[in-house]
Amino acid sequence: MAGLRLRGVHKFYGKVHAVRGIDLEIPDQGFTVLVGPSGCGKSTLLRMIAGLEVVDEGTVEVDGAVVNDMRPKDRDVAMVFQNYALYPHMSVFENIAFGLRMRKVPNAETRERVHRAAEMLGIPELLERMPRQLSGGQRQHVAMGRALVRDAKMYLFDEPLSNLDAQLRDEMRTEIKRLHQELRTTMIYVTHDQVEAMTLADRIVLLRDGVIEQEGDPLELYERPTNRFVAGFLGSPAMNFVPARIEAENGGLGVRLPDQTVLALPEGRRSAYADQVGKTILIGMRPEHMHRDREGEQRDGFGRISVTVEIVEPMGANTLINFHLGETSILARLDAYAAEQPGQKLDLLVDMNRAVLIDPESQRVI
Amino acid sequence: MSDAAIHRKPLFGRTRRRMTARFAVAVLILIIFLFPVYWLFITSLKSAAEIFARPPVWYPAEFNLRTFAVLFKDGDVWAIYNSLIIASVSTVVAMVLGTAAAYSLARFKTGGQNLAIWIISQRMIPPIVIVFPVFLMFVWFGWIDSYVGLILLYIAFNLPYVIWMMRGYIEDIPIEVEESALTDGCSRWQALRKIVFPMARTGIFATAVFTFIFAWNEFVFAMILTRTEVLTFPVLVTHYYGAQSTFWAKIAALSVLGTLPVFFAVATLQRFLVRGISMGAVKG
Ligand SMILES: Nc1ncnc2c1ncn2[C@@H]1O[C@H](COP(=O)(O)OP(=O)(O)O)[C@@H](O)[C@H]1O
Ligand SMILES: [Mg+2]
Repeated sequence: MAGLRLRGVHKFYGKVHAVRGIDLEIPDQGFTVLVGPSGCGKSTLLRMIAGLEVVDEGTVEVDGAVVNDMRPKDRDVAMVFQNYALYPHMSVFENIAFGLRMRKVPNAETRERVHRAAEMLGIPELLERMPRQLSGGQRQHVAMGRALVRDAKMYLFDEPLSNLDAQLRDEMRTEIKRLHQELRTTMIYVTHDQVEAMTLADRIVLLRDGVIEQEGDPLELYERPTNRFVAGFLGSPAMNFVPARIEAENGGLGVRLPDQTVLALPEGRRSAYADQVGKTILIGMRPEHMHRDREGEQRDGFGRISVTVEIVEPMGANTLINFHLGETSILARLDAYAAEQPGQKLDLLVDMNRAVLIDPESQRVI
Repeated sequence: MSDAAIHRKPLFGRTRRRMTARFAVAVLILIIFLFPVYWLFITSLKSAAEIFARPPVWYPAEFNLRTFAVLFKDGDVWAIYNSLIIASVSTVVAMVLGTAAAYSLARFKTGGQNLAIWIISQRMIPPIVIVFPVFLMFVWFGWIDSYVGLILLYIAFNLPYVIWMMRGYIEDIPIEVEESALTDGCSRWQALRKIVFPMARTGIFATAVFTFIFAWNEFVFAMILTRTEVLTFPVLVTHYYGAQSTFWAKIAALSVLGTLPVFFAVATLQRFLVRGISMGAVKG
């Protein structure tokens, strides 16, 4: 099975060039997440895959055949919409059964499959109700049930959790992941929430302004972003970017920060930057890649910075510390136990193996 | 929605007095509005002497159906039949064409914003302004005093209204509900039949009722464009006003006959005119 493939796909809404040349292969049975800030064209892309939007340029292929002109009903996709889009004049049972009825599934089988889907989502007691009698979370479950009951080639989700409150959202996220592990079908999931993307995806496609910024498995994007946008988009709190300069430092290479501290680059990374000495860069450091320097030890691959704590935010599991490096405000995520005080001096170790160096001109990771 | 509306507070003192006052006002308003209707009905049942009696007779001594009998015997009720045919056919055709056009405007943005405005602007022309050009055109086509003439005219006249109203009702249906039906396996037409029409039911019936009533009551065109064959009932009513004498009983009786179909139509459709059909479709 070749799965789904997009080649050079463009979409225009009048003058708005919403999708600008997307080439993408969606692996079969995988969980692919399209993520990006609001307005980047994720929904448009998903709707073109579903056949709800005309593809202005390029092709959408399923199993090797171009389906640009195929009607949604013939594409065999199931879709969950952000606002749920239940059929208000039908009971929950009929809502879930609708797709089966349209495909002429026999009555007995329909009944069985609807009940099975309802069980799976924990809503069997809601089947006789009308949508208007349901809470937001229950409507969301019905919308999910309506898709899951189908035996579709692909399941498409357009921000299905964004209207739920935080706790329900966490629960449903786990639920969706579990469903995917059970069903092992192709799922394409759109969200603007990087946490959802990281936790759910086998494969993340990160979009901005209608183009793909980077794609790959979640940790690959997280650990090895190719540009500043990707580095800053994934991770919460976001990566810190500090202006710096690459310098030769007693035999090795280092990065000089605005406070004149020099962070040595580890052995393995030096050769890559050997010809960049003197170059102005941005160094990107994730909050969790900074640690308290307890014993004043010299750990390999770590550089030391001395900072003055400004704000302390205990999160329970860990503590966020805010300070300045030069003009830049920085967040570090430290272990929870020690209680720093504002104004206190603190030594931090920066994991230089995982820091990223960015060319401020091109915004690319170098 | 909220259960709070169902659990009424018990009525004590002030609240109860206020409710009584409200009820009294409602009854008074009802009397003011229903009195002309009552007067119409009893006039149709009065004898000539009672109609002209001074002081007025508030209710007839006997229920006298003679005037109705005369209308049936003389064949004047034929006007009601004409009105029924013309109003029904023009309403059905205008609804079908208008809803199709409205769907296109609402969902495919046919003609952008301006086409819709242009269409409704057609409705702003006072009929009297175009009645004579239309008359000449109808003479030329041989449509004077024919069903087809009046029906086509009423369709043309009602279409902008139907399109405008139905466009609004269709736009109120979240497009995702329709798209969901498409991915669930509906063709466009099936999505219309199974999702859009049921969800727009209130709007469809409300619009149809008003369209029908317009055609039913229309006077200016009917007056000018008919002679004897397809007289509609509003036109025939005017025939009972004479220079020498006015047949009040006939006017009243024919008006009663003309009121009943509309009354029954609205009464039957009332349960479809309840709002709130589309609640629960979206996140909420
Ligand atoms: N029906 C439409 N008409 C005009 N512009 C649209 C339409 N749908 C989306 N757009 C525009 O296309 C861009 C991408 O939209 P969308 O795919 O909905 O973004 P996302 O889902 O990533 O938030 C946005 O700039 C949006 O304003
Ligand atoms: Mg979207």
